[in-house]
Amino acid sequence: MATSEVDAFANEEKRTLELGGHVGFDSLPDQLVSKASAQGFCFNILCVGETGIGKSTLMNTLFNTTFENEEASHYGQMVELRPHTYELRESNVNLKLTVVHTVGFGDQINKEQSYKPILEYIDAQFAKFLEEELKIKRSLFNYHDTRIHICLYFIAPNGHSLKSLDLVTMKKLDSKVNIIPVIAKADTVSRNELEKLKIKVMSELVSNGVQIYQFPTEDEAVAEINSSMNTLLPFAVVGSVDDVKVGNKMVKGRLYPWGSVEVENEKHCDFVKLREMVLRVNMEDLREQTHARHYELYRRCKLEEMGFKDTGTDSQSFSLQQTYEAKRKEFLVELQRKEEEMRQMFVNKVKETEAELKEKEKELHERFEQLKRMHQEEKKNLEEKRRELEEEMNAFNRRKVAAETLMGQALQGCSQQPFKKDKDKKN
Amino acid sequence: MTADSRYKSRAPQTDDGEEKEYVGFATLPNQLHRKSVKKGFDFTLLVAGESGLGKSTLVNSLFLTDLHKDRKLLNAEERISQTVEITKHTVDIEEKGVKLKLTIVDTPGFGDAVNNTACWRPITDYIDQQFEQYFRDESGLNRKNIQDNRVHCCLYFIPPFGHGLHPVDIEFMKALQDKVNVVPLIAKADCLTPFEIKKLKERVREEIDKYGIKIYQFPHCDSDEDEEFKQQDKELKESTPFAVIGSNTVVEARGHRVRGRVYPWGIVEVENPSHCDFVKLRTMLIRTHMHDLKDITGDCHYENYRAQCIQNMTSKMNADKRVESPNPILPLSTPDIEAEKLIKTKDEELRRMQQMLQKMQQQMHEQEL
Repeated sequence: MATSEVDAFANEEKRTLELGGHVGFDSLPDQLVSKASAQGFCFNILCVGETGIGKSTLMNTLFNTTFENEEASHYGQMVELRPHTYELRESNVNLKLTVVHTVGFGDQINKEQSYKPILEYIDAQFAKFLEEELKIKRSLFNYHDTRIHICLYFIAPNGHSLKSLDLVTMKKLDSKVNIIPVIAKADTVSRNELEKLKIKVMSELVSNGVQIYQFPTEDEAVAEINSSMNTLLPFAVVGSVDDVKVGNKMVKGRLYPWGSVEVENEKHCDFVKLREMVLRVNMEDLREQTHARHYELYRRCKLEEMGFKDTGTDSQSFSLQQTYEAKRKEFLVELQRKEEEMRQMFVNKVKETEAELKEKEKELHERFEQLKRMHQEEKKNLEEKRRELEEEMNAFNRRKVAAETLMGQALQGCSQQPFKKDKDKKN
Repeated sequence: MTADSRYKSRAPQTDDGEEKEYVGFATLPNQLHRKSVKKGFDFTLLVAGESGLGKSTLVNSLFLTDLHKDRKLLNAEERISQTVEITKHTVDIEEKGVKLKLTIVDTPGFGDAVNNTACWRPITDYIDQQFEQYFRDESGLNRKNIQDNRVHCCLYFIPPFGHGLHPVDIEFMKALQDKVNVVPLIAKADCLTPFEIKKLKERVREEIDKYGIKIYQFPHCDSDEDEEFKQQDKELKESTPFAVIGSNTVVEARGHRVRGRVYPWGIVEVENPSHCDFVKLRTMLIRTHMHDLKDITGDCHYENYRAQCIQNMTSKMNADKRVESPNPILPLSTPDIEAEKLIKTKDEELRRMQQMLQKMQQQMHEQEL
């Protein structure tokens, strides 16, 4: 039956066999490596720290090159994140390095919202990767992975302890990204102060439950060095791209009137340790942790948010589809409802406008009537006046005629008499 | 004894012949000296800046004492919503017979919280309180023993980690520029190379000019001072803001025991002028300009405060027609307050009606046109 077969199979697997000769699968790691090298590696660093604390300088020192970066001003209203991507190459290994700087961090008077842009950026990179993973046609091997693999948190060496802003920000970021705190500008802290500061910082982080990145101690090859480095966190670093003369060599350092700080001198600062740990020993582990822990956590939360559930490994793919279908239907229903709403609104609006138009028409009509009436009245008035005028004219004419006839008679009568009078006068 | 002999030797050495014409008031400076020594001096210094910039260490180095023996430093967690406190330490120190009562006002918690809006308010309130106290004492009846608690100088510590001034620095200095002499300092200067110090100082000076912040200005030298003094003064003016380093420990360097900090790559000497400007600060603050700071506080800032205070009081009491009462010291609660309020409201009404009248007149005027 099925179970006994499985058991037998399991038992068989546990047996170790001896090889009779050289098979050759010991070259598997090499094949992996050569394939990966051909593809090129990807590494993304996020530098969080106040303006002017030496993030760009440390990056330049770490990678032994000059990344272009403009000096940031202190007066930005919000924290901005500026990513820059570079292609580096070292003995046949291609590295696509992305450095993200937080510009304006710690400059505002009210810093309560300062951590938000950082969180949003990290989440956005996870979201992009998740999107790519969920695509139907996906090309993950080709995908430019922009998820942040390491966050270097720069602590200002103020001698006593962490700043409140640092604590709040690290607490928000510790479940999203691998945090390695570093003490910046360490050439201002003397040795005793440095020890006290390191102890204080670590104890504050522990007592507040902030989980910073621990170098892995499972792998035997690097367990010892990693565990010893874990006790030296946070690293106190000094960055410099300028050379100073020490003895008869030119080394990277900073020249002071009282002496020169050598960046690569382990007695002066922990730069070498940082470089060793981050670049030379644990880079791959950082990438793995980002993918296996932080990204998986993000993905789980996001999918749960979207409504997917894990009902068991068997029905896993099923429920995904089902839930997907259900969501789709829901979405379509939602869409239809919205369409209806909009149509209703449109109809209502049309009715309203119609009503308005009708009213306006009525008004116009009324006015027209009114005007017509007025016009008629005026006409009537005018007619009346005309009639009166005519009557007057007629009356006048009659009088005129009457008067003329009278005058004519009078003239006739008079014309005889004046002759008689003249005759009398002549006599 | 030595003091007396010093005084006598100050009197001008003259021949017998000229003594008849010598009146003697040239000894006034000596008399002033004697009296002031007897009276003793006092000085109040306010230090402000973020935690961990070395304020206490610097004050200890300046006055060569340990002022902050049992200090409780807060954790980062406790400081998230910390409010600014004001703490005062007073010490009496004496040097060559001259007594100084030194008060250091500290501002723990400044700039430490996550939200630092108006974190300078407790400080400005404190300064105003001291002014008010002095105002009342000065206008009181018994003025024999007035204690001058006014803040004479404010040392503001600028963090050296940035590219210039931060917004909180600018807001703070602007809030305090009219109340106290502000002397900005660049703290922890041992993290900057000489070139970086120069660049930062230029930047800070530029930004102070740009935002119109009135920091303490050294008084101009009179033209009849000697060259050395003028040279010194010029150097002082050119190196503001001072880049300072402080230290609580004495170390051995170059054969001497000096105050300094030991690093694996060298020893920073606090009093070495090529290492930092500590000596300049000390000279300016204590040795040459201490009295000038007190004078400006008294003549300028305090007088401004007093004038404003009196103005506020008289504008509260009535407006035009009333005569200023000759002694408007304390706003006593009198029964006239009710009447005054009534009169005030009536005045307002009158004013409003006048305005309306004017408007109407204007309208009429326009209509006529």
